[in-house]
Amino acid sequence: MGYRRVAIVGAGLTKFHRYALETPKELAFEAVKMALASCEMELNDIQSVCLGTAPDAFDGVHHNGEYLTDGAGAFRKPYMRHFVGGGTGVMGPIHGWFHVASGMFDTCMVVAEEKMSSIYPHPAGAFLTIFDHTTEQPIKPTLIWIFAIEMARFMHKHGYTKEDIAKVAVKNKKNALDHPSAQLGSEITVEDVLNSEVMAYPVNRLDISPTSDGAAAIILASENVARRITDKPVWLDGIGYCLDTAYWCNRDLYYPDYVEVAANAAYKMAGITEPSKQIHVAEPYDPFTYKELHHIEGLGLCKRGESVKMLLDGVTQRNGNLPCCPSGGALGVGNPIAATGLMKVIEIFLQLRGEAGKRQVSGNPTCGLAQAWGDLMQVGTVVVMRR
Amino acid sequence: MTRGIAVIGVGTTGFRATTPDLSYRDLTYEAAKKAYLDAGLEPKEIGAWVATSEDFVEGYSIADEYSPDQLGAVLRPIYTVPGDFLQSLGSAVMMLNSYLYDIVAVQGLSKASNMTTKSYLMDFALDPVYNRPLNQHSDYLAGMEMNRFLFESNTAREACAKVVVKNRRNAMFNPLAGHGCDLTLDYVLASATVAYPLTEMDIAQYSDGAVVMVLAAKDTAMSLSKRPIWLRGISWCSDTPSLENRDWGRAYYAQLAGDMAYKMAGIRSPRTDIDFAEINDEFSYKELQHLEALRLCNPGEAGVLTMDGVTEIDGSLPVNPAGGCLGAGNLYECNGGRAALEVVIQLRGEAGRNQLKDVSTGLAMSWRGLPTTTGAVAVFSN
Repeated sequence: MGYRRVAIVGAGLTKFHRYALETPKELAFEAVKMALASCEMELNDIQSVCLGTAPDAFDGVHHNGEYLTDGAGAFRKPYMRHFVGGGTGVMGPIHGWFHVASGMFDTCMVVAEEKMSSIYPHPAGAFLTIFDHTTEQPIKPTLIWIFAIEMARFMHKHGYTKEDIAKVAVKNKKNALDHPSAQLGSEITVEDVLNSEVMAYPVNRLDISPTSDGAAAIILASENVARRITDKPVWLDGIGYCLDTAYWCNRDLYYPDYVEVAANAAYKMAGITEPSKQIHVAEPYDPFTYKELHHIEGLGLCKRGESVKMLLDGVTQRNGNLPCCPSGGALGVGNPIAATGLMKVIEIFLQLRGEAGKRQVSGNPTCGLAQAWGDLMQVGTVVVMRR
Repeated sequence: MTRGIAVIGVGTTGFRATTPDLSYRDLTYEAAKKAYLDAGLEPKEIGAWVATSEDFVEGYSIADEYSPDQLGAVLRPIYTVPGDFLQSLGSAVMMLNSYLYDIVAVQGLSKASNMTTKSYLMDFALDPVYNRPLNQHSDYLAGMEMNRFLFESNTAREACAKVVVKNRRNAMFNPLAGHGCDLTLDYVLASATVAYPLTEMDIAQYSDGAVVMVLAAKDTAMSLSKRPIWLRGISWCSDTPSLENRDWGRAYYAQLAGDMAYKMAGIRSPRTDIDFAEINDEFSYKELQHLEALRLCNPGEAGVLTMDGVTEIDGSLPVNPAGGCLGAGNLYECNGGRAALEVVIQLRGEAGRNQLKDVSTGLAMSWRGLPTTTGAVAVFSN
């Protein structure tokens, strides 16, 4: 006995931008409707629903999962929420995988919703209370400070420069020009990034993904059911996730151990021994420019300290040998936290099916990876997908 | 389909109105340490964890950050379910049934005493456009629901008071429960009205406490534990969050979750197969409403059975023999954890003065509290 094979059979994604009129429920509803339509299924065909949405403070709703029940299509269904901060989006297919692989349900819809614009004046306020109440909150740190610390350490350890890292923003924002859901697709230069406002050195404004509203949904099915629904199922062949200690000050921030542990679990399941060769397309989480590189190293897609070389050589470009963030990533498409992770999963789903349109990477990829990260720089969530 | 899953270790701090000597991390640490000792395990032998927390209750924007350290789960597979403990338990069952792990631990916690504005917090769970502007203390929802339930099921008000008397008396003999009290029916009925017909005594007080439970797949459980308690069925379900459209008279979520859990456990007749139940009684009438929804009695019968003493600790269907939420306190996301823990303790025969005789199958049921319509059910056998 073992687990059942699980496939993604359908996906829906709203446009990412600021929604002044739509409620969080309506965003979720839109994504769910698109996902069901994409594989010609009805709500009655869905046996279970799991939901990802990051801090309740964004939507300003306590029990946000409960509030979203009907919008997420979970009315009178087994419905469970999962939450690992910024890693929530990619936790979705992992949690959904458990629903289906275990044999408890034949179908599971995974929904992710985030509405960051309702927090005023800025969603960064929601992050003021993520820090330890005794040792950290009295210093009044902001989220950008701690990433500035991590970025500085990463640059120092490997001798990377601001110019090197800025190229991630240039690449991803350009990729996003071809994404219909994108909020910030644009042609920018390294100088634009370096000349943008310094938020907390070495993080400039264009090093950071925007805040967004958006929702995404995917539908998972067991093998026999999936083959009835579609000719082009995309299999969830590897899952991995873990949390590092909350005492982040005690860690050397230059390397994301949590991503490595999660990735290794997923690779083991999927039978991947040489990720840099066997993974054909990747969507590492890129809420900050340096984070894409940081995660590429953690994922073992290159050796430690070689991600910038990979970037400069064009390997991670859409027409490179290992395209990274062909969607445009969080930097280009936008970053409605939980929905971003699922957007990345959907991008790999489309790439493997050959349905990514103008964003389609070359080389007929058969194996891809999506990854997210969150909390106090401590969560790694990874899925490996195959055609 | 299921592999056969058993509870092989439980740990708890007990449930007290306040715990000024312990932080929320200490509470989890104590429960985890006891659970691992009970199971005879080191954390490194555990395959994965599921933690349970809701941000606004914990007072953190991303409360799940603080889940791994005190469980010994650093750099290990762990994630958080912002739901009831029984939903986390359901997640753990799926994880075990997917054959990725042989041992999974589940954590739940309440540090209610840290919160100074509990009712305002509940208001934040209401629809921000339609309901929150009404600006009423959220207990009015329980008053409305109680009124409707009493009317539809033709239940006497006194039956709700009887639930309070019964559960708080049961708690007197449960060393884990903090709100035990010997009350009279008249005393409960005479307490101040909060939202007609709901009175102060109908509402469970809050408690602090943590529960950690270690689950294992059959082969592992048999080799590690002398007295595994089998988790035969589990399910969870959400009805609508909309106040305007919900069914106020009956707990449809409990009925659906119960039916799915019974099916998984192979139970056709819950009334005869279930020996006792720990079911959510955050408000007194909820015990009666849930009893009917779970098909442990016929519709409209719960109040009558309660008045007749059938649900007393020496009755034929003991309900909340450990004291329920009324007796042990409302533990927020950990309510289901406490219920499951008490069922396991009973089935192990470790319930002391509250021990029931000849019980082999028990049911734990939780509801996520106002204003939700989410519930979960778990069926255990020894």
